[in-house]
Amino acid sequence: MKTKVLMAILAAVIAGLIAVPWIASYFYVFIFTEILILGLFAASFNLIFGYTGMLSFGHAAFFGIGAYAMALILIHLEWPFLVSLLVSMGASALLALVIGFLSVRLNEVYFAMLTLAFGMMVFAIAYQWRSVTNGSDGLAGFTLGSFGLGLDLTLANPSVYYHVVLGIVAIASIVLYLICRSSFGMTLKAIRQNPERVSFAGLNVRTYRLVAFVIGGTFAGLTGGLIAPFLRVASPELLHWSMSAEPILMAILGGTGYFLGPFIGAAAFVLLETVITTYTQAWMLVLGIILAVMVIFFRKGLLGTVIDWWMEVKK
Amino acid sequence: MSGIGAALLNSLDIGLLLFIIAVGLNIIFGVLNIINFAHGALYMLGAYLAFTLINLAGMPFWAALLLAPIGVVILAVIIDRVLLRFIYSRDVADSLLLTFAILLMINESVRMIWGSGIHVVQPPDLLSGSVQLLGSSVATYSLFVIVIGLLLLAGLWYLFNRTRIGRIMRAAALDRDMAEALCINTRLVVTGVFAFGAWLAAVGGVMAAPMRALDPGMGDKIIIESFIVVVIGGLGSFPGALIGALILGLIHGFGGRYLPEVNMLLPFVGMALVLLFKPHGIMGKGANA
Repeated sequence: MKTKVLMAILAAVIAGLIAVPWIASYFYVFIFTEILILGLFAASFNLIFGYTGMLSFGHAAFFGIGAYAMALILIHLEWPFLVSLLVSMGASALLALVIGFLSVRLNEVYFAMLTLAFGMMVFAIAYQWRSVTNGSDGLAGFTLGSFGLGLDLTLANPSVYYHVVLGIVAIASIVLYLICRSSFGMTLKAIRQNPERVSFAGLNVRTYRLVAFVIGGTFAGLTGGLIAPFLRVASPELLHWSMSAEPILMAILGGTGYFLGPFIGAAAFVLLETVITTYTQAWMLVLGIILAVMVIFFRKGLLGTVIDWWMEVKK
Repeated sequence: MSGIGAALLNSLDIGLLLFIIAVGLNIIFGVLNIINFAHGALYMLGAYLAFTLINLAGMPFWAALLLAPIGVVILAVIIDRVLLRFIYSRDVADSLLLTFAILLMINESVRMIWGSGIHVVQPPDLLSGSVQLLGSSVATYSLFVIVIGLLLLAGLWYLFNRTRIGRIMRAAALDRDMAEALCINTRLVVTGVFAFGAWLAAVGGVMAAPMRALDPGMGDKIIIESFIVVVIGGLGSFPGALIGALILGLIHGFGGRYLPEVNMLLPFVGMALVLLFKPHGIMGKGANA
């Protein structure tokens, strides 16, 4: 019964998401495109944090690298969109392998500091290497060509791009979900709860952590590849630690203990940002206050709090 | 030759300034077992308060050096009693998240109060000139930073190794329950240590103000530098913080002079090298995952 209700809700949400461009204005199409991309970005972060228990403060590095890879390919090589996305994923996977190799060996505190520092290293490179990255202005002025697979799609049309994003995010989310549910995902959860015990069971914790970190980074690269054509620019801001703060906040806001938590957090985040920035410039201040309140009082996030409340009511 | 002398002195003043800030981070970690992400924001707040006291209230530099850190300490006590007290008994991740939230709040508040433009603080008249040393002219202010840095270094060493307060702090760092059992008020120690770390950050901020332009990104820069220092030196180690800070000072002092096109990258390269060969830092011990 419970799963049937859940399935019905999920189906309704998906149907609603598909219908957005037909029932709402471009303003909402843009908002939902952003929610989908950032939702997957936050979910990729949550594989590392919520599942494996490693709090990364440098997730924007993979997001930004994906965006830069996409922009560079569209400017210089004009490859089809899908192929460029694969390159975005490959570039961030490689970067995640290097940063992960140096960071996952040490405990949580070190991991947090190292991911922040290495994330800012990537930011520094994008900022200083003007001949390739165009420095602080970032890369702009690229146009989307063909989609790939012989499909004839006008990607420049926001509605079409929204549906493309919806399709790709849906497929990627299913893959990510299957990874989380697999025995590999279960092992990651076990590592979060008790690394020593997993280690004594004969598993190499470090390798598992590195693989989780690389998978999370790869999916973040995919979302970066999606965001560049959406924003029409790949700029150093996408690599800055304030960008790394966003998936952290989304995951905490939605609930780190659930696969769908980060998506709900991303929706709440984007809607809040849209509302709050019309009143005040101090978005980061509001962000800080929300994060502090969530961490202190609602550590299970919106989803977790609602589910707990629901269980309480049913009793 | 004169270039090398100047670069050395430059390395020393950057290094000692970094030490003052990083050692605060280290002390807080040692006793409270949290990494304070807002440490750089407190440093920045020290610098901006000094700017307000000197340029707007017309106070002398010396008064600002005394008063600005006290303002930051008051804020730190409030942060500790209002926010941090909730998470001391929780998972490490929560303390990282909460201090990160505090960082966001302070950063944005600084932007709102002082604007995103650049502010400049003049060094006091007494220290605004330059002297001939090692065959090159050196800013008097940078010698002043070196002297204060060495004084603080000696003072901290004395505090930790020769005084009762230092022993209490070390006891609380080793085993808080045992310290509690020995009638030490650990609540007070925790608040005191957090405030003391904040004081060091703010003193660093005031000292840095006449050397660097003030902008709302200065705290982010210094927190990343401090992380690099404690990773290179070894988290929680007092000599480690000094070694790490001096190494980073050398990287900046010489890198900025001889390799300007990659100087932003060099600290990270240094950190990655240390991590490859000594994952726990030069003076660090056991921090395996």
